[in-house]
Amino acid sequence: MTTQSNNGMGRLLPYLLIGIYFGIIFTKSEVISWFRIQEMFRFQAFHMYGIIGSAAAVAMISVQIIKRKKLKTFGGEDIVIPPKDMGSGTRYWLGGTMFGLGWALTGACPGPMFALVGNGFTIMLIAILSAVAGTYTYGVLRPRLPH
Amino acid sequence: MIDFISQPWPWYVAGPLIGIVVPALLLIGGKQFGISENLRHMCAWAPGKVEFFQYDWKNGIWNLTLIFGVVIGGYIASTFIGSSDPVGISEATRSDLALLGISNFEGLMPSQFFSWEGLMSGPGFFLIVIGGFLVGFGARYAGGCTSGHAISGLADLQLPSLIAVMGFFAGGLIATFFILPLIL
Repeated sequence: MTTQSNNGMGRLLPYLLIGIYFGIIFTKSEVISWFRIQEMFRFQAFHMYGIIGSAAAVAMISVQIIKRKKLKTFGGEDIVIPPKDMGSGTRYWLGGTMFGLGWALTGACPGPMFALVGNGFTIMLIAILSAVAGTYTYGVLRPRLPH
Repeated sequence: MIDFISQPWPWYVAGPLIGIVVPALLLIGGKQFGISENLRHMCAWAPGKVEFFQYDWKNGIWNLTLIFGVVIGGYIASTFIGSSDPVGISEATRSDLALLGISNFEGLMPSQFFSWEGLMSGPGFFLIVIGGFLVGFGARYAGGCTSGHAISGLADLQLPSLIAVMGFFAGGLIATFFILPLIL
């Protein structure tokens, strides 16, 4: 897999189309709505649980089929899904809790932030910029954080 | 048909349509679904010496292309098949949020905070800037966001992802029941 073939415009087209598809689904299912995220964290509707749960279920069944049948990519390459390293586990519960705080405050996880920009909420560019700053700060502090 | 696509889509349509992208990405190019990786690629693209960002950001160009598509998709959905109705949240949520001082339920987000004028207010700044920072920091510390852990991580039956998702909810509940009443 050379960098050149990887970066060709034709190779990128499927990802652009998948992104557009996501942007439409995220918007039409209202998962990008701050109000919907509040409704989820207050356990007042099934909507968000249904979406995340059924998305995970469909993904789970298909990933298990791919792994058991040892399917290859359309280009004939092996599909490798590296397992996540548990370490001390700290990064998962602590990082996860920090992410959850941000998710409830902004009412958007990273994908929906971008979809909101497309919906005309240019203010979410500031949220994205802050998220990039948060990622950068993590990169700087990483050697000193428990993982 | 046009009516159907203009209305908000139910969970049992949207969820499976999102989930099916996980195997699609694996089969198309062996890629793993994880949106927040893009925030790291943006840091790697900028010049700097931080070790965590010392890799070729072009390896993530497929994912950056995807996220660019998400912006376009959001534009298409709102411009051509948008619905002008307020988001159909439950009455209970509406009255809880009204108690917090949210008065305008038009659109996808409360415009009193999520707007350029709202940013200048204390609560708006907190929600957008502090919230955004925590999303970026937390996602990378946890090694993934909703897509990487709650969808593709759980799909691969990864215990670390389950712990991360429980963390997402712990944080979300703390913010909803303790922080929002303080700042709004």
